[in-house]
Amino acid sequence: MKKFLITAISALGIATGAFAAGDEGHVEDIAFSFEGPFGTYDQQQLRRGFQVYREVCSSCHGLKFVPLRTLADEDGLGMNPDWVRAYAAEMSIYDAELDDERPRKETDHFPTVTAANAPDLSLMAKARAGFHGPYGTGISQFVNGIGGPEYIYSLLTGYTGEEKEMAGAFFYENHTFPGGWISMNPPLSDDLIEYEDGTPATVHQMAEDVSAFLMWTAEPKLMPRKQWGFVAVLLLALFTTLLYLTNKRIWAPHKGSHS
Amino acid sequence: MAGIPHDHYEPKTGAEKWLDSRLPIVGLIYNTIMIPTPKNLNWWWIWGIVLAFCLVMQIATGIILVMHYTPHVDLAFASVEHIMRDVNGGYFIRYLHGNGASLFFFAVYIHIFRGLYYGSYKAPREVTWIVGIVIYILMMGTAFMGYVLPWGQMSFWGATVITGLFGAIPGIGGAIQAWLLGGPAVDNATLNRFFSLHYLLPFVIAALVIIHIWAFHTTGNNNPTGVEVRRGSKAEAKKDTLPFWPYFVIKDLFALVLVLAIFFAVVAFMPNYLGHPDNYIEANPLATPAHIVPEWYFLPFYAILRAFTGDVWVVMLVNWLTFGIVDAKFFGVIAMFGAIAAMALAPWLDTSKIRSGQFRPAFKWYFWLLAVDFVVLMWVGAMPTDGIYPYISLIGATYWFGYFFVILPLLGVFEKPLPMPATIEEDFNNHYGKPAE
Repeated sequence: MKKFLITAISALGIATGAFAAGDEGHVEDIAFSFEGPFGTYDQQQLRRGFQVYREVCSSCHGLKFVPLRTLADEDGLGMNPDWVRAYAAEMSIYDAELDDERPRKETDHFPTVTAANAPDLSLMAKARAGFHGPYGTGISQFVNGIGGPEYIYSLLTGYTGEEKEMAGAFFYENHTFPGGWISMNPPLSDDLIEYEDGTPATVHQMAEDVSAFLMWTAEPKLMPRKQWGFVAVLLLALFTTLLYLTNKRIWAPHKGSHS
Repeated sequence: MAGIPHDHYEPKTGAEKWLDSRLPIVGLIYNTIMIPTPKNLNWWWIWGIVLAFCLVMQIATGIILVMHYTPHVDLAFASVEHIMRDVNGGYFIRYLHGNGASLFFFAVYIHIFRGLYYGSYKAPREVTWIVGIVIYILMMGTAFMGYVLPWGQMSFWGATVITGLFGAIPGIGGAIQAWLLGGPAVDNATLNRFFSLHYLLPFVIAALVIIHIWAFHTTGNNNPTGVEVRRGSKAEAKKDTLPFWPYFVIKDLFALVLVLAIFFAVVAFMPNYLGHPDNYIEANPLATPAHIVPEWYFLPFYAILRAFTGDVWVVMLVNWLTFGIVDAKFFGVIAMFGAIAAMALAPWLDTSKIRSGQFRPAFKWYFWLLAVDFVVLMWVGAMPTDGIYPYISLIGATYWFGYFFVILPLLGVFEKPLPMPATIEEDFNNHYGKPAE
């Protein structure tokens, strides 16, 4: 039955994208820098993760919702705008007005890539629940977070090395992927890339970095959001205190001494 | 306006008199905000203002979202990402709106349960109660349709499952479902009409909120003792009440701002906690999510819907008696809507002469059990439909109906109430001491 399901699902071309994973498979908790109310992105880590995406993931996976110009955002990677323009120009896009391909501008988005039915990664870090699916009381997710980046990290490091062929397609055993067999071959190996900042490119390092980068692609406004939130909570707390004192004062004449 | 005697607005200057004889709007506003309010209201009475704020916030943030959203199956999901990435402050507006729905329901559930405990639904406040239940039903419709708009996986499949409920109606169900969807399945026509109705219904709710407030301003507020304000004279009424402004405005604002501090912390630090990760995957009619689960605020009634499976004897009996017209699916739908209808009927099901649960020793226990039942149903509504869970749902659903149709009618006959204060003034002074004259 399980084999039949895998075949059926892969025949539909959705083997890697259709599940909200979480209640099966092992997901490791990583202490990412962006967790918690005061957590922020580690810019160097985002840049390393972007390099992993650029040199490895991008051959099959797109980031269609991410505008290229946002690579220069100070709250994210903070890449040099000239570098971003040059990087964008390396990729082409079909322009309906020209009825032809032209080099991308920084105002265009990352390409939509549909190679091998690979899902788009723009929102993947928010589209997966690492710590459990929709079941349960929600306490685990309250404590640990939803676990999207952790899911990506665990998936990338969760290969056992086993593979099998079914209906002409190869499947690779993975501890994290629901069902245990994934159609994506293990994408990372030690020293697959050479980090620009000299960090040793172990599988774990690359998996963690690219997970952080994908969290940024999914939630590029995380840092200003938290900053706004901090100011809002602070002001509301102050306002609460003032209203508490006002309330106490106006009611005092109507209340007796004992209470 | 009828109700508690109090000082009414008297136009004094010539200009005031001129306006008042043409449009008595100043008097209306004055009488509304100076309404005599029982002075012993406790902190459970603050959720009305939170709800009013939620409605305004949802409309305000919603209007901004509409400026940037595109209701089309090919563009909706991308337009939401456009809001999250390109629109100034769009990410905050959208998270406020999405989590605002949760705050709205959190507040409405406390508000409803407060009414159930203190007997706010009893005469003469039945109309206030019924209007409130209608508002709640409209809120559920609005929230459900709003959840479809981002056109994620849970939007699409949630819409498919919920509109499927109408398809369970015997005979005409299929036609009703197609009419709701605008076609044979959830598609662009569905998205467009849901968008239109999601924009319309909040204004209907706003109108009903005005009627809700009008109704209880006519009868006067209930209060924790359930004892009515004395209405013999202004002087007598003044002993039991204080004007809404400033005493309750400031008290309610204090509570509202405290609630908002917590709400903003959720929005800013864990905005996706109450959502479903699946809704960050664009809707795909070919791929069913592994688990289709409604938003948390629908779960108690979703659990009641799923509780009545084909192997429950009541369902089998009804099925046999109706020659198979009422099957398990339709029975579940009736049960779900019946669970809400039961609340609406509470004023006539509760036979007790005593209004407030404070003075009903047995009622208290059944009431708190109902509150626990509600939470258990919420939890079990998100669990799978195998193992022990269907039994828990069934017990929970049975208690829900048992509370309204058996316990409330019988308790009034058998229960011996506790001694009550004669007036609100007495209750207030028992708590806070007699004020110095």
